[in-house]
Amino acid sequence: MSGTAPAARWRGPARLVAQRVVLALFTLLLVSAVIFTISGLLPGDAAQELLGQGATSEQIAALRHEMGLDRPAVVRYLEWLRAIIGGDPGMSLVANKPVAEIISERLPNTLTLAALTTLFSVPFAFLVGITSAVTRGRTTDRALNILTLAMVALPEFLVATIAVLVFSVKLLWLPSITIVPQDPTPGEFLRAYAMPVMVLGVGVIAQLGRMIRAAIIAELDRPYVEMARLKGVSQRRLIFRHVLPNAVGPIVNAMALSLSYLFGGAIIVETIFSYPGLASLMVNAVTSRDMPLLQACAMIFCATYLLLVLIADTVAILANPRLRQG
Amino acid sequence: MTAQAQIAPSQTGAAHVEVCNLCVTVRAPDGSALRIVDDVSFAIPRGEVLALIGESGSGKTTIALSLMGYARGGARIEGRIRVGDATLDGTESASLAAQRGNRITYVAQSAAAAFNPSRRVMEQVIEPALIHGTASDAEARRHAVELFEALSLPDPAGIGSRYPHELSGGQLQRLMAAMALITRPDLVIFDEPTTALDVTTQVEVLQAFRKVVRDQGATGVYVSHDLAVVAQMADRILVLNRGRVREQDAVRAVLETPADDYTRTLLAAARPVVKAAVPAPATGSPLLSIEGICAGYGPVDREGRAAHPVLSDVSLHIGRGAAVGVIGESGSGKSTVARVVAGLLAPTAGTVLLDGQPLARSLKDRSREELRRVQIVFQNADIALNPAHSVGEILGRVLRFYEGISGHAARARVAELLDLIRLPAAVATRRCDELSGGQKQRINLARALAAKPDLILCDEVTSALDTVVREAILELLAELRRDLGVAYLFISHDIATVQALCDEIVVLYKGTCVESGPARAYAAPPFHPYTDLLISSVPELRTDWLSDVGRKDPPRLAAPDDGGGLCRFLPRCPVAIAGRCDTASPPLRQLDSGNAVLCHRSQAELAG
Amino acid sequence: MDSLIRAARRLPLSGKLGLGLVVFWIVVAIAGPFVAPYPPGSFVNEEVFAGSSGRFLLGSDFLGRDVLSRLLSGARFTVGLSAIAVAIAASIGTGLALCAAVGPRWLDEILSRSMDTLISIPSKIFALVLVAAFGSSIVLLTLILALTYVPGNFRIARSLAVGLARLDYVEVARARGEGRLYLALVEVLPNMMRPLFADIGLRFVFIVLLLSGLSFLGLGLQPPDADLGSLVRENTSGLAEGALAIIAPAVAIASLTVGVNLLIDAATQGKAE
Ligand SMILES: Nc1ncnc2c1ncn2[C@@H]1O[C@H](COP(=O)(O)OP(=O)(O)OP(=O)(O)O)[C@@H](O)[C@H]1O
Ligand code: SF4
Ligand SMILES: [Mg+2]
Repeated sequence: MSGTAPAARWRGPARLVAQRVVLALFTLLLVSAVIFTISGLLPGDAAQELLGQGATSEQIAALRHEMGLDRPAVVRYLEWLRAIIGGDPGMSLVANKPVAEIISERLPNTLTLAALTTLFSVPFAFLVGITSAVTRGRTTDRALNILTLAMVALPEFLVATIAVLVFSVKLLWLPSITIVPQDPTPGEFLRAYAMPVMVLGVGVIAQLGRMIRAAIIAELDRPYVEMARLKGVSQRRLIFRHVLPNAVGPIVNAMALSLSYLFGGAIIVETIFSYPGLASLMVNAVTSRDMPLLQACAMIFCATYLLLVLIADTVAILANPRLRQG
Repeated sequence: MTAQAQIAPSQTGAAHVEVCNLCVTVRAPDGSALRIVDDVSFAIPRGEVLALIGESGSGKTTIALSLMGYARGGARIEGRIRVGDATLDGTESASLAAQRGNRITYVAQSAAAAFNPSRRVMEQVIEPALIHGTASDAEARRHAVELFEALSLPDPAGIGSRYPHELSGGQLQRLMAAMALITRPDLVIFDEPTTALDVTTQVEVLQAFRKVVRDQGATGVYVSHDLAVVAQMADRILVLNRGRVREQDAVRAVLETPADDYTRTLLAAARPVVKAAVPAPATGSPLLSIEGICAGYGPVDREGRAAHPVLSDVSLHIGRGAAVGVIGESGSGKSTVARVVAGLLAPTAGTVLLDGQPLARSLKDRSREELRRVQIVFQNADIALNPAHSVGEILGRVLRFYEGISGHAARARVAELLDLIRLPAAVATRRCDELSGGQKQRINLARALAAKPDLILCDEVTSALDTVVREAILELLAELRRDLGVAYLFISHDIATVQALCDEIVVLYKGTCVESGPARAYAAPPFHPYTDLLISSVPELRTDWLSDVGRKDPPRLAAPDDGGGLCRFLPRCPVAIAGRCDTASPPLRQLDSGNAVLCHRSQAELAG
Repeated sequence: MDSLIRAARRLPLSGKLGLGLVVFWIVVAIAGPFVAPYPPGSFVNEEVFAGSSGRFLLGSDFLGRDVLSRLLSGARFTVGLSAIAVAIAASIGTGLALCAAVGPRWLDEILSRSMDTLISIPSKIFALVLVAAFGSSIVLLTLILALTYVPGNFRIARSLAVGLARLDYVEVARARGEGRLYLALVEVLPNMMRPLFADIGLRFVFIVLLLSGLSFLGLGLQPPDADLGSLVRENTSGLAEGALAIIAPAVAIASLTVGVNLLIDAATQGKAE
């Protein structure tokens, strides 16, 4: 391989990554079919529902025609798909505004919250994961294990409730709802986001930390680690030079999972702190049965998940010499 | 500068390594303390090699690791260990732990697993020199290339830039030796460094090891379960059994005049002989015939070739009550033959005949009676017996399945079967994970016997066992054959085992059958060149064997990638004929000894 | 039974704590409503958001109902629905996984492909879409919870089953001529029980959290039925006062989920070493 030209060297991984991209797109297509089937076809007649029980059958038929409900399911799906891909998933039934417009108002908020939480929790997760892996089986590890185990099992509203009680009600440090003022100063910005980021962070740190620990420990059990110890390699060098490069695959995968949780899983946190993000928008869509909006939100979350997993796969391929060489 | 030049004057008199009353204790699963090494003492003079020999679990590796002050999984080391001026509990640089990878180095059993898969080999080889500061980066690299050369690795200058997965097991094992020698250590510990290799590779690796260890003048500890290998590498032998020393002496003394009973058992088992006399199998129409089998893995293309073809045109015949051995190196397709016969893998061409009747290619088209008559036994009893079931259930299921026997009758038959394999009837209620390796292998056999088969396919059934247990199982197989008249297709990579048990032997090389014939014909040439290589690679129980094995370098005739019908052995054949072997496919020759070989060389040439 | 008790004795402290919590909640789910001091729906206290007192151990809620009584009946919903849902999810997921492991290759391909598709819809999102489409009557809600976690269980069970199906003892049974059903149920399934139970336990925790979350958002159990999540939702107005009515049900959920997690962790670790 030392003699191969650079272009040839990248052909292997490029093909692997291209395969993953195609697979992800195909999966996304299937996902869209599932979502459309569940939300667009199965629930029964939207026209009937809009008009209520009192409507005559002519009225219903007229509305059905107007809404295009009398055409075959496949045609409706393809049209819906084309609209979604074109970035225009139609009008919100409730707000009477284009869904695209509603979403574009909310999307930056969701991205900000997810980004801040990532910045806050990933370092802690690594700290927790590495610390408990290297102290494996000893007191620190056991304490961290029980702590993170409890943290992943806590319902978010309990964490949020306690946070509000402590920081807003008792200490009066932080606002209990998240309103970001126009052009905030950095201080205002941090104060506004502190609470949702902390509450979301609890779950992410625990979950990601546990997965990082597991990934490192799986490597620590492999014979090359014992060999490195017998070469006289220090603990620090062992973890950073020998183990982590091999654990990149599972770790980036865990990060993709955690981040996708941040994106779509912030439902409770957004609701409690009245934060105008996509997740609470989706909850509103469910409550008001605003299907176009619901479908668009669901597709965004699924696409994000697939994108994150795709990125993680790509990183894992590039980090593994065996895969890198195709 | 060599290691000798660094010896402190005060130490030249004393032994280099001194171990007194070494004990290692671990916590058993039930919480009690378990001594896995018990009061072991020995000394090694500078420049000598001591072999630690014993069965698995005898504590060899544990002792070897404790020389580096290292204990696995919370084991406790007690006693006195001194290597040079470093001791077990010495402070700072005077402790054994501080010498790890520097003055004391280690070569692990499976180099394939002991290299870090994500770093280049060179980085790993020179790492000890860099972390211990014994050489600069450039110096270390230069030294590494010298070592690669001394270890006869191909392309010494370039091989370091590869990743472990791009190298073969034998190459990695030698690279690991280079890693162990890079700091010019005083003491090198070899832990079963050739156990994972094929015999033919083992010779080359052993020769390379012996050369570099001699050149370096280092003291050595060589851990192995194979007396013949140890005889080549060591000056002295220490025989271990269950963590205790049974005997220690010079190699020749141990081999020729063993003082201890246990050593004698080991020596006897090293070259198995089966005592049960088996009458010559009945001649006549064969029980099983395999004719022109081609098989492989992966999807099959339109021309009927598998994506990864393994067997090409394999034929063999097994008479009633006969034992036919199949040998070949790892990956030669031995197991695949058994899988085809059992119906687990459908061949892409050829037929399997049982009593002259063709067997369906795949399982689901075979009748239950056909299935009953051919049973398969796998190598590793640990994964061949379902841990969720008791021994009685495992055997009982076979009885119910083929004969509809259940209840009291089944229990009686299970007891009979257990008696047949020399286990007490009470074992029936036990689960397999409570049994020892040898006992499990017996149950594994009993399950096949329960079907009252005509033919048992034994896939490496003795390979995972220690020599002494292996001999007992071989004996049992011979007795069963004598008493029940069952035939065997006996697969092994070890020619000595096959010779002990079988009437006929087939040699597989890369999925072709290069030689076949009566077992006694394998006692002396003429052989097929590959058989010759295989037989001459088996270490013998004498100290000068390794120096005697001459290796002719292959003429290196280029072979097309897929073989193209040419002899598959061509790239490695030392006696290939230019212009013939690389242009035409070899003919099948009948030799006077009764063997048939697939080779261009004539009988006279092969005998020479 | 004996061996169960012995196994329980060997658990580390955290495992015993977990086991205690789990047993406690099982007992509450079964017996809770019978020992409740008041009917859960009746207004028994003038004062809303009252603190703990002799008559009302956990105080009163936003309408003056007894929090303890409501909690006891809510726990039955939370534990019961989640248990049924996880049983359905595991039966479907593991059943399909076994089919994939011992069945023909194309079946495995189809099943794995479909489950991979479903798994790329984040579970909360999937549940929301289903609720929007079908509503949330008790039966539908249980099915939705189950369906949401089928793909995850399938994935774990399939990887276990495929690994086991490759082992030599399954190969031997196959060579003997055993049918697929026998291979799946007798050779493979018994050996995947332990890790499978751990997975089922974890999924139970996820389902409890999802159900409570849905109810907390008003999308889960509908009044007059109330699970623990609904109780938290009802009493959000008491948050500012730190009312027991909101803390108690939230802590109840946490003690259930944390308990299950501690138990599984201890049980699986004990065996691994
Ligand atoms: N299920 C499989 N799929 C693809 N390739 C396989 C499979 N099983 C075996 N092979 C390949 O087929 C070849 C022959 O394998 P086989 O197991 O028959 O060899 P063997 O002689 O029994 O080797 P060993 O001594 O290591 O057991 C090897 O190259 C192996 O990698
Ligand atoms: S045919 Fe030629 S290459 Fe093959 S074994 Fe015989 S001599 Fe060697
Ligand atoms: Mg094999």
